[in-house]
Amino acid sequence: MQSPTYYLAEGLRLPTNGLDYTILAIYFIVVLGIGFAARASVKTSLDFFLSGRSLPAWVTGLAFVAANLGATEILGMAATGAQYGVAVVHWYWIGAIPAMVFLGLVMMPFYYGSKVRSVPEFLLQRFDKSAHLLSSVLFAFAAILIAGVNLYALSIVVEALLGWPQWVSIVVAGFFVLAYITVGGLSSAIYNEVLQFFVILAALIPLTVLGLKRVGGWDGLSDSLTASKGENFLSAWGGTGIGDANPLGANWLTIILGLGFVLSFGYWTTNFAEVQRALSAKNLSAAKRTPLIAAFPKIFIVFLVMIPGLVAAVIVPKIGTAGSDLTYNDAIPLLMQELLPNGVLGIAVTGLMAAFMAGMAANVSSFNTVFTTDIWQKYVVKDREDVYYLRFGRLITAIGVLASIGTAFIAASFSNIMSYLQTLFSFFNVPMFVVFIIGMFWKRASMKSGAWGLVAGTTAAMVNYFWIYKQGVIDIPSDQGANFVSAIVGFVAGAVVMVAVTLFTAPKPEAELAGLVYGTTSPGMAEPPAEGDDAWYRKPALLGWGAIVIAAACYIPYSF
Amino acid sequence: MSDLHKEVSELEGRSATAARLFDIRLIIGGLFTLYGVIVTVAGIFVSDADMKKAEDVNINLWTGLAMLALGLFFLGWMKLRPVEIPPPSAADAAGPEK
Repeated sequence: MQSPTYYLAEGLRLPTNGLDYTILAIYFIVVLGIGFAARASVKTSLDFFLSGRSLPAWVTGLAFVAANLGATEILGMAATGAQYGVAVVHWYWIGAIPAMVFLGLVMMPFYYGSKVRSVPEFLLQRFDKSAHLLSSVLFAFAAILIAGVNLYALSIVVEALLGWPQWVSIVVAGFFVLAYITVGGLSSAIYNEVLQFFVILAALIPLTVLGLKRVGGWDGLSDSLTASKGENFLSAWGGTGIGDANPLGANWLTIILGLGFVLSFGYWTTNFAEVQRALSAKNLSAAKRTPLIAAFPKIFIVFLVMIPGLVAAVIVPKIGTAGSDLTYNDAIPLLMQELLPNGVLGIAVTGLMAAFMAGMAANVSSFNTVFTTDIWQKYVVKDREDVYYLRFGRLITAIGVLASIGTAFIAASFSNIMSYLQTLFSFFNVPMFVVFIIGMFWKRASMKSGAWGLVAGTTAAMVNYFWIYKQGVIDIPSDQGANFVSAIVGFVAGAVVMVAVTLFTAPKPEAELAGLVYGTTSPGMAEPPAEGDDAWYRKPALLGWGAIVIAAACYIPYSF
Repeated sequence: MSDLHKEVSELEGRSATAARLFDIRLIIGGLFTLYGVIVTVAGIFVSDADMKKAEDVNINLWTGLAMLALGLFFLGWMKLRPVEIPPPSAADAAGPEK
């Protein structure tokens, strides 16, 4: 959910040959081709920013999961697996699935039905301009920052694996993303994400299978890790009793409340780079199904990152410690180098590159929407014809990509500042969720309470992290654990302040809340369901609860 | 209805995505069929060194065949269930870019 900065060890150079480069080159050509082929479909600003709200659910669903499956996520989660063991499943089964299902079943009718084009626009409708402007500006900054960090991470990985100088890959990848989004808009970004989803699976599945074979199957893997790291390394909940010590530095309560509730709901339900995919679906049923369809691959992707991480911890027992050149982030590149012959190796390199570019593109394509519709159109140049905003959207896309290229170069020289900034922005996500949940379920919550909730929650989370934890006022064993606790603190502070402010300020007029708050419906939302949407396998409730049941069942083998 | 509703509904009415955007199944199907053939061929001409590296699994062959199957699945799906193009909107008749 937040991407750390990457340092890959030297000596991970892959033995790529012409075959691998052919596979990579074909992919780059297809990426551009998608952009130019999508150009014909962009006629209005809504086409450019939200694909005209007309994509089918399976496309938006796979894009939803792929937008999160950036390479920083893949390498980072494999690293978490190598470092903490099976506990990495928490980031998926409790830290993603419940929030995704909640977004689909509970929140989507308000998001999609109200016809907002972005997450900040919902805040404008529900609260007031201060909440809107605050969240728009912070989101725009964070999106460029994350896009730049992605680009920087790409350049480090590509330098280690392929030997390209950093500036070459920053400029090349930046140029491709610029070209296909400026030309084809969100449709182009989403189509490339769907493609990337399949390529990354084609890369990770062979790696996982060969990795398991290398260490003697799951039994061999668990035997050697139990011997070297202890029982708890292979258990999801082992050692998470309150007061017990475990490598994660968190107990079951902070895992469930901090990661599973606050952090995960904040990320999955209010991060516009994700929600945008669902808003581009063709009708309410498809929008609801977007995160639900995404939930199923998400449940199983954890095996494809956790197992390579665990295998790396067996092959290089000292990985991540002072006794080894390799850091935890090297887990997947290490296995690629050790196990994959040319051909599949090309697929794996392509998959990683695709995942980096998609991670960047998701941020760029949400940045341009927020900057154009939420900042420019509402506060700077109002009431122009639609063609103007379409043209402006293309311009700001190019500017956004250039800014993230700049950010990537800054990150290359000041990486500490970058990871510090990322931590800062991560605290802004926390109160977003409390503001949304109270705004959606409590009609009385006043117009001014939104902005105050955001400010109070962010401040409290930061104070907890940077002062109470970093200065050692309270002893929390790890950064990860402190992150969970800060999230809970931010949530509670945001909620308390919202209630307090509401008691003293005016509510939003009832008529303006139609379709935004639980118990009301949008005018004109009673459209008849599209043909075929009543099939049993398209029922949102069944999909959603099915995902929850499967995720819970997945915990069983790792819990006893 | 709110201003936002009106504005977005009007843009939806003029949107060209549903009518003009190509089918992604063609791209997934085409790319994976091509990748499948390339990697399968690499698997057919496998070297001993490659086999040894990949734990005696002909990983190129298996991955190639699986990718080929996925590619053909998408092409077949597209053939059997083509996208229904909605009737052109009023704006289409009036010409592009208003």
